Amino acid sequence: MNKALDLITRVRGVRGAMLVSADDGLIVAEQLMEGIKGGAVAALAASLAGRLRRAMEAAGTGASVFWHLQAEQGALLVVPGRGGGGNAQGGILVVAVAEPDVNIGLVRLELLRAAEAVV
Amino acid sequence: MSPHTRAVEGWTLQPLTDFVREASVRLVLVLTPSGQVLAQSGFSRAVDVMSAAALAAAIVASTAELARQLKQPPFAALSHQGPKHGFFLATFMADRGTLAVLAVYDLDVSSLGLVQLFYEQLAADLKTASPKGAVQKQVLAADFERELTDSLNTLFGR
Repeated sequence: MNKALDLITRVRGVRGAMLVSADDGLIVAEQLMEGIKGGAVAALAASLAGRLRRAMEAAGTGASVFWHLQAEQGALLVVPGRGGGGNAQGGILVVAVAEPDVNIGLVRLELLRAAEAVV
Repeated sequence: MSPHTRAVEGWTLQPLTDFVREASVRLVLVLTPSGQVLAQSGFSRAVDVMSAAALAAAIVASTAELARQLKQPPFAALSHQGPKHGFFLATFMADRGTLAVLAVYDLDVSSLGLVQLFYEQLAADLKTASPKGAVQKQVLAADFERELTDSLNTLFGR
């Protein structure tokens, strides 16, 4: 798990990465820079994942594979592992907190690799 | 404010209302370890409040004793999860004395992580709002029934 997180946090501009239990919003593993409230990010990202899953089910789009929330001072990137975004129960969310100018494509690739590695 | 959130002690009302809204919990009790209810949210019947408060107080007492036998400080929180609902029970110290919070949540609406996150805020808000220098009143058996009736009347707006 730590190796999977290492590959994400090695990308320039990534301030932290976490594996989060999608069901209960608790941190499974983390590598975060100081100042990031990991517990809060995990709980709120998992809550958002559940609501997004329902929205996507309602829209008939199928399971989400990646989300990117861009803010003024940073970005939140999430890949739901198997069950975390598509299925009703279970699963792991791979979460990255990044600088606003991070290479999104590269982080996405590492998040997808991490999701494959941990599931 | 939720119409189902009521407090016997007014200072608990705003922190509890915020907690209910943010953590999306279904039922909450703020109580003392002896089972005296200070505020409730989501309950519609007095008998349910009485039962939940008595059971929560019993769990607090039994886990405290278990910790004492293990020569450990009292457990900070207890979480139990079923197929559809979870419950979370935790205690903290305020100027009012030790307080316990019992929260019941639906797993498809909230999560343990959310409840834990906003419980920390609730405990901090209650500590801030708790009346300073209040002398804890002993609950005497003679007064117990009257106080319980008064509390339930307040909680259910009678």
